[in-house]
Amino acid sequence: MSAAPTTDSAKKHPDIPLPKVPRGTLYRGREGMWSWVLHRITGVAIFFFLLVHILDTSLVRVSPQAYNAVINEYKTPIMGLGEAALVAAIGFHALNGLRIILIDFWSVGPKRQRLMFWIVIALWVILMAGFLPRQLMTIGAEFAGA
Amino acid sequence: MTATIENAPIESPRSAAPVRRHRRFNIEKWGWIYMRASGVVLVVLIFGHLFVNLVSGNGVRAIDFGFVGGKLAQPFWQWWDVSMLWLALIHGANGMRTIVNDYASNRLVRNVFKGALVAAVVILILLGTLVVFTFNPCPAGSPADLLPSFCPVQ
Ligand code: HEM
Repeated sequence: MSAAPTTDSAKKHPDIPLPKVPRGTLYRGREGMWSWVLHRITGVAIFFFLLVHILDTSLVRVSPQAYNAVINEYKTPIMGLGEAALVAAIGFHALNGLRIILIDFWSVGPKRQRLMFWIVIALWVILMAGFLPRQLMTIGAEFAGA
Repeated sequence: MTATIENAPIESPRSAAPVRRHRRFNIEKWGWIYMRASGVVLVVLIFGHLFVNLVSGNGVRAIDFGFVGGKLAQPFWQWWDVSMLWLALIHGANGMRTIVNDYASNRLVRNVFKGALVAAVVILILLGTLVVFTFNPCPAGSPADLLPSFCPVQ
């Protein structure tokens, strides 16, 4: 042990070295904090979308005309971008949610949380790389009015 | 700076809501477990939902009454959608409850927000479940070109 333990508690636990900088917090600064911020923002956004989405889908119980009229509002280029944003938000929330679960239940989860954050980002980029070209086809077709 | 082991440098989470302890049924514990259990199931349900509706075939442009009617006529998709409805709404509302507890320091404001959350969830779960199970894919008197192809000629 390099740092000389001077406090009482360190004398009681000589095998636990004192950290040189405050450590042991998952949620202050860097990846741990930003993943939490993003998880919170995406969670709220998805929740409000879900409220609206249940209402619009419920129109299938009213009439085919009512449902088609509202769902056609989703088939515009602007909403196409909105759908891309929604998939981006859910994709991050879902992948980071699995990371949270691994932090909680996997013995080395807390130790690997920073690495797992970047794996989440990598998987998210792959997900979006697969989805965005497909969604751009949809948006293009919507522009063409086809 | 004295960082002692007893006062470990992990800060406890701060929340404006008072913490109640020593209860036989710990609702916070079960909420915590629910967030994780429902999350795992929701990954499968939501990604499947997004794939079928946004990616496969013609994407969102394929969705109309005939498309949804064709799906909701099958028990498989009925149960898929109803599971997603219940799991996601309760997960989302419980997450929102955490956020309300974190930011609303006034007790009245907190209770108003939480009451609104409960009302929204109860109403939408009832509405959504009723819609899925009482839905008629071939309503009488509708133009045939708006209906799923399996509907009998009227
Ligand atoms: C796709 C699968 C999903 C997974 C794997 C997932 C996972 C999680 C996890 C593990 C938490 C943390 C709970 C805690 O810290 O105790 C959480 C929080 C949350 N989730 Fe999800 N979730 C998913 C879908 C959703 C959906 C569909 C919604 C909206 C309806 C949603 C809204 C929220 C909210 C609002 C929070 C609270 C965030 C916070 O406290 O900062 N999640 N989610």
